[in-house]
Amino acid sequence: MRTRCNLAVVLSAVVLLCCGALMLNQNVRAAGEGKISGTVKLDGTAPHMRGIDMSKDPYCSKIHASDPAKMETVVAGSGGGLEHVVLYISEGLTGGALTQVPTEEPVFDQKGCVYSPHVLGLDVNQKFKVTTSDQTAHNIHPNPNPMTGNIPWNQSQPPGAPPVEKSWKATEMIPVQCNIHPWMHGWFAVVKGPYATTDASGAYTINNVPPGSYTVTAWQEDLGTQTQKVTVAAGAAGSANFSFKAK
Amino acid sequence: MRTGLRKWSLWLGAAALLALPLASSAQLSTNDLAQKLNIESHIGNLTGHAKAAAMNYRRYCVGCHGELGDGNGENAVWLDPKPRNFQLGIFKCRSTPTSTLPTDTDLFDSIGRGFDRSNMPIWNTLTKQERADLVAWVKHFSPRWANEKSGDPIQIPPEPEVTPERIKAGRDVFARVQCWKCHGVQGMANGPSASTLTDDLGRPILAYNFTEGSRPKCGDTDRDIYRIFMTGLDGTPMPSFADNIKPDEAWDLVFYLRTFMSQHSKEKDMAKQLGLKPVDPNAPVPAASGQQ
Repeated sequence: MRTRCNLAVVLSAVVLLCCGALMLNQNVRAAGEGKISGTVKLDGTAPHMRGIDMSKDPYCSKIHASDPAKMETVVAGSGGGLEHVVLYISEGLTGGALTQVPTEEPVFDQKGCVYSPHVLGLDVNQKFKVTTSDQTAHNIHPNPNPMTGNIPWNQSQPPGAPPVEKSWKATEMIPVQCNIHPWMHGWFAVVKGPYATTDASGAYTINNVPPGSYTVTAWQEDLGTQTQKVTVAAGAAGSANFSFKAK
Repeated sequence: MRTGLRKWSLWLGAAALLALPLASSAQLSTNDLAQKLNIESHIGNLTGHAKAAAMNYRRYCVGCHGELGDGNGENAVWLDPKPRNFQLGIFKCRSTPTSTLPTDTDLFDSIGRGFDRSNMPIWNTLTKQERADLVAWVKHFSPRWANEKSGDPIQIPPEPEVTPERIKAGRDVFARVQCWKCHGVQGMANGPSASTLTDDLGRPILAYNFTEGSRPKCGDTDRDIYRIFMTGLDGTPMPSFADNIKPDEAWDLVFYLRTFMSQHSKEKDMAKQLGLKPVDPNAPVPAASGQQ
């Protein structure tokens, strides 16, 4: 009898503890408007970016007649700033800061037979729009690994087509291509939590980071990933500069 | 004694807490296979059972699709197009929108129809029940079937009467959505982008040549052709045009595509009478009719 009582007490205590932990977890909602900023540079000479022959489609080649389009695998500005690098917090986020999905819908445009932007950062489940500004038909064909839970799709966008609205279920760097214009290549960089992509000077700012210690990861499609530990204090922005060695 | 008991009960509590998630996950993994083999398929009033298909899969399918359903059977190296990798859960011939899972009937039809211009034969030597069982078996390879439901089949309105006007309208759709970029202005698979096409795994793939007399891979009825461009062939460069071709226009396009095909048809005769010329790739793109 005694044992049974004890058992019951212990078990109910365990259940209570679990409930408490769950509730606590929900209550720890990140507040605050911290930031992490910095620049991403290329160390060394920028690799030669091959020009794109668009003669297959006269519409495309005409647009780039005076300014030939180039591959965008590694885009380094003057001063060595690396463009199209995605920065996100790979460790240290908890609660709301991790699970909150941004409400803004970024746009991935097909313009002049290239993708603009070349790399689109996205949060898991964040909605985005694929639009076309071109007077030629495209097909928008992301190619994720279906094993991650992201399922590939393939939709046509002839001139004047309405935007395609989508979102991704899991974190993954997803290549996207147009089969009609095989040079068109871009990325959906799907991460969890706040993220940023670098501008032409290599600068970035990750907003909405609550105070805490984090690991920030920088991802570049060709040069790989780098990580750094960053601390964001209340009212003081964190800072992390990255430098990728040119291949 | 009492302290001993108390200690004992504490241990029990802790053990129960620890074992709870362990037990449930262990159960999941052992039940997983058994559960998968309990997968059923439903085609009309036929019910297929995965378990019943194991022997037939081993005998007839394994050579190309492989023991693990990954499309790496011993014959795969010799084949082009490559056998389907069932683990990915991506299928060409669906009645459902792009990126969704096909229905059981779609898979059943694919097995019974075979794929023209590939090494997949017509499996009508197997009974309908055997084919239904195989559909259930095919579904056990991909985790997608456990996590997702089949998509809702697209709505196909009844086929209207073919008229010369409809064929002409179909030609405008063909020009507007630029089918010719891959399929060519005469449907001969020689469009400007035809030579660089690759499938999702980066392997070269051919656009369909309407003129060579072979059946389209996903069926050759008018409804099949309608379905092909409104759902897209997932895993290939062929996109879905569902957002850009309205149902009525889709029938026009079906009629126009028939005029390319080598088989004799009403559409071919009408096009001849109309003296219909192929679309001009350099002409300005026709505006969508009444599209918002």
